[in-house]
Amino acid sequence: MINSNQSQKYRPWVDRRKKGSAMGFVRGMNIDKSLFLGLLVLAILGLVVLYSASGQDWATMNRQIIRLTIAFVLMLLVAQIPPHQLAFWTPWFFGLGLLLLLAVLAFGDVGKGAQRWLNLGIFRFQPSELMKIVVPMMVAWYFSEKGIPPKFTRLLGGIVIIMIPVVLIAKQPDLGTALLIGAAGGFVLFFTGISWWLIGGFIGIIAAAAPLVWFNLMHSYQRQRVLTFLNPETDPLGSGYHIIQSKIAIGSGGVFGKGWLNGTQSQLDFLPERSTDFIFAVIAEEFGFLGILVLLSVFLFIILRGIRITFQAQDTYTRLLSGSIVLTFMIYLFVNVGMVSGLLPVVGVPLPLISYGGTSVVTLMIAFGILMSIHTHRKLLPS
Amino acid sequence: MAQFESRITLRDHLRESHLFSNRVIFAVVFVFVLMATLLLRMFSLQVANHEHYTTLSQNNRVSLIPIVPTRGLIYDKNGVVLAQNLPSFTLEITPEKISDMDELLTRLREIVDVTDEDWTRFNKLRNQSAKFKALPLRYRLNQEEVARFSVRQHEFPGVAIEAQLTRHYPMGELGVHALGYVGRINERELKELDAADYNGTTHVGKNGVEKSYEDLLHGDVGFKRVETNAQGRVVRVLEEKRPVPGHHLYLNIDTRVQAAAEAALKNLRGAVVAMDPGTGQIISLVSMPGFDPNTFVNGIETDAFNDLATSKKQPLFNRAIKGRYPPGSTIKPMIGLAGLENDLVHGATSINCNGYFQLKNDDHKYRDWKREGHGDMTLLAAIRESCDVYFYDLSLNLGIDRIYSFMSLFGFGKRTGIDIVGESGGLLPSRTWKRQVKHEMWYPGETLITGIGQGFNLATPLQLAFATSVLANYGLQVIPKLGYALRTPNTDTLNYIEPVIAGKIPIVKKSNWDYIVTSMDRVISSPRGTANHIGRGAQYRIAGKTGTAQVFGIKQGEAYNKEETELHLRDHALFVGFAPVKNPKIAVSVIVENGGSGSATAAPIARKVLDSYLLQNNPS
Repeated sequence: MINSNQSQKYRPWVDRRKKGSAMGFVRGMNIDKSLFLGLLVLAILGLVVLYSASGQDWATMNRQIIRLTIAFVLMLLVAQIPPHQLAFWTPWFFGLGLLLLLAVLAFGDVGKGAQRWLNLGIFRFQPSELMKIVVPMMVAWYFSEKGIPPKFTRLLGGIVIIMIPVVLIAKQPDLGTALLIGAAGGFVLFFTGISWWLIGGFIGIIAAAAPLVWFNLMHSYQRQRVLTFLNPETDPLGSGYHIIQSKIAIGSGGVFGKGWLNGTQSQLDFLPERSTDFIFAVIAEEFGFLGILVLLSVFLFIILRGIRITFQAQDTYTRLLSGSIVLTFMIYLFVNVGMVSGLLPVVGVPLPLISYGGTSVVTLMIAFGILMSIHTHRKLLPS
Repeated sequence: MAQFESRITLRDHLRESHLFSNRVIFAVVFVFVLMATLLLRMFSLQVANHEHYTTLSQNNRVSLIPIVPTRGLIYDKNGVVLAQNLPSFTLEITPEKISDMDELLTRLREIVDVTDEDWTRFNKLRNQSAKFKALPLRYRLNQEEVARFSVRQHEFPGVAIEAQLTRHYPMGELGVHALGYVGRINERELKELDAADYNGTTHVGKNGVEKSYEDLLHGDVGFKRVETNAQGRVVRVLEEKRPVPGHHLYLNIDTRVQAAAEAALKNLRGAVVAMDPGTGQIISLVSMPGFDPNTFVNGIETDAFNDLATSKKQPLFNRAIKGRYPPGSTIKPMIGLAGLENDLVHGATSINCNGYFQLKNDDHKYRDWKREGHGDMTLLAAIRESCDVYFYDLSLNLGIDRIYSFMSLFGFGKRTGIDIVGESGGLLPSRTWKRQVKHEMWYPGETLITGIGQGFNLATPLQLAFATSVLANYGLQVIPKLGYALRTPNTDTLNYIEPVIAGKIPIVKKSNWDYIVTSMDRVISSPRGTANHIGRGAQYRIAGKTGTAQVFGIKQGEAYNKEETELHLRDHALFVGFAPVKNPKIAVSVIVENGGSGSATAAPIARKVLDSYLLQNNPS
């Protein structure tokens, strides 16, 4: 089904527009219908849950609808940019991103004990969000310059490219984002086909560096989060409260859930951050295990569609970039659900497309726009 | 652009594609492993451990709020309210509804008296409580303050007057030693009371029937199962179990008799116990002076309490059940009966009284109260005129062992078992007692003075009333009871508290008992009787016995003061009796501390008590 559409999709949208109809205009655009549909379903599910999680607050709902609309429009706009254009501008984006990160460290706004925001007068902006896309773009661009698997010197160069923004972001300090950006860069490395020995070596080095990070780079509140994760019951009313209440919400949901708007943990304020980072627990409580199966199925559908796009990508840059985008998306999902269900320490990672909040949705949808662009700008190859 | 493409063509496309496809396959495996991990985790939380987390979730949101039952009322036998629950008004403020607390205080002070202490306590409470909880600022508003606030309530959003029920004793001091009072639960009581049942209850019976009938008066606590949010605010009520209010308690006390007895004892120290001999019902239980129980309900102020506790008149001391007095001549009828039943004397036996009695080989003269002596005395005359010499002689013949066992039958030396706590058992001396306690042998002289109710003998006014009842009853021992009946709230049926018969004294010859009753009748009806004056104008016949008990020595710790000491050394005045002589309806004991002679002081009080009961109960 999806395959049969591919040949039509290839044609430039300008050709279709000449036929004059509005539907023709839409069809002529570079849109991956499956991906679009999957994301739309997820966004709608997200709104349904947010309605409950926000305590049926329409002001919150309206803000989220506006954000999602902007994000979807941005995705479609990005999808129209041919991948070679993206590749061309990649080093420039990366340079700009680094400058912005330095600017944040120099005169950024302080929020929640960390310097993450850049005040641009009209709105505040988080350069680290931008780097979530720009870093894999840059690494993919760098490795596509030469053939894969990369030679050792180029590999080292790639690692330096990843480490510079990671260190800058970790200094803000925003260890969660730094690790996720490191992971996004790491996935590019993975797709370049470097040997398993090297991958094993990296994991070994990271494991060895962990104590160093623990004692030198991590702030006490970050250490506390990890300790709390390891044993939440030691501090049930303090930092362990989030995890305990979240597990209660999920567990008490059972197979069928307590019903929409009827989650006692969520509706009675026991669950903290319930419309943002912990919204997954609201879904689990109100819709139960069955609801979680449906939600994860939608996520899986989007991820598998992304993997298909990756598989069908035609050059090294697009292959590496799309592969990294898909796996990073999977990691967001895993880290958020893992954290909410007590598998991982609490790091501020929102549930993609569901959690209330602006910046992450925009970044995410730009990434999906790139995926669409990669897929719809393929050249027909002779069979 | 051309350069870009040419560079691509230089590469080994096939090898790159193959390598990449390989990695994509690994990526798919990776994705499925992560997804499976999440699903397993969810399964473990939501399916395997569902019940555990459901319990935790329930505990989170559901809490129990106790609803305190309404304490049962206390009535007298005729339905006169002795203890009730009245609303008491508290001014409460809900902090979250107030924008400027200081300004509010200034405005409130215009209409209600708020002390700085109130304000400090309120602010302390405010720091510890959730904002949406109403907190008390002022307790016990008076009617005027309530009225002033009510008129201007609309100016004070977030401020309200709450009414709680507080125990109130409308009769004040009347019957306080029978009734007792409630007070705030103290730490010791908190440990002893059933925590579940007293959840939310602030007051508990401290004394009297308020204490002894606590379980029935209290009722059963109810509860509200409520859903609360994380801050503790009640969202909705899930389940409500109404509390079961306490039973209403009816006492055998007749308020009119009680009032008459208290009036008769006014400004005196003493006690009156009146009971129905056939049923054991306590008609009045008086210990004077008394005190106002209402001052104890919400915590008496320290100064006021110290005044009561250290007063020489001992108003807090329940003389009726705790006061131990030498019974004096009031026991002579029973000693006489012991002589008759033991076949030692007969109605016709007479003894010459020349004013004193002497033991063989002993110079000591045991004097009669009448120095010149009574002359020839039968038992009847000895009781009528309270001749000591006759009873010295009889006691000597009886011996202490027979006196002890016979007097025991009338309840001396042990508690009567009345339904309030704190009763004293008095003291009935015996050889065994003296050996164990005094480590001495028993002397014959002690038998003599025991026989006239002096010496070691001690009895409470309640014991005297009980013993008189047993005598009036021809040996039937009915345990004295204050409780008459219980009534379940909102019903009309009274559940009577049945009389409890402790036993029956085996009667050797009924004519012996008749003889003693007649002798006691003569105390009042004969012109030579010691209480003849109280029988004048009576519409019924009274049997009785006066007593005048000597008070020995000066109490420890008291300074020597002629006026005071003399007063304290004056004899206790006693009287016991029952009426009507045939088919007795009331037995009474009266003690007036340092009242002088029983005949002059105690007997007239008894008459007033008898009148108030017998005449009012027979209006026809």
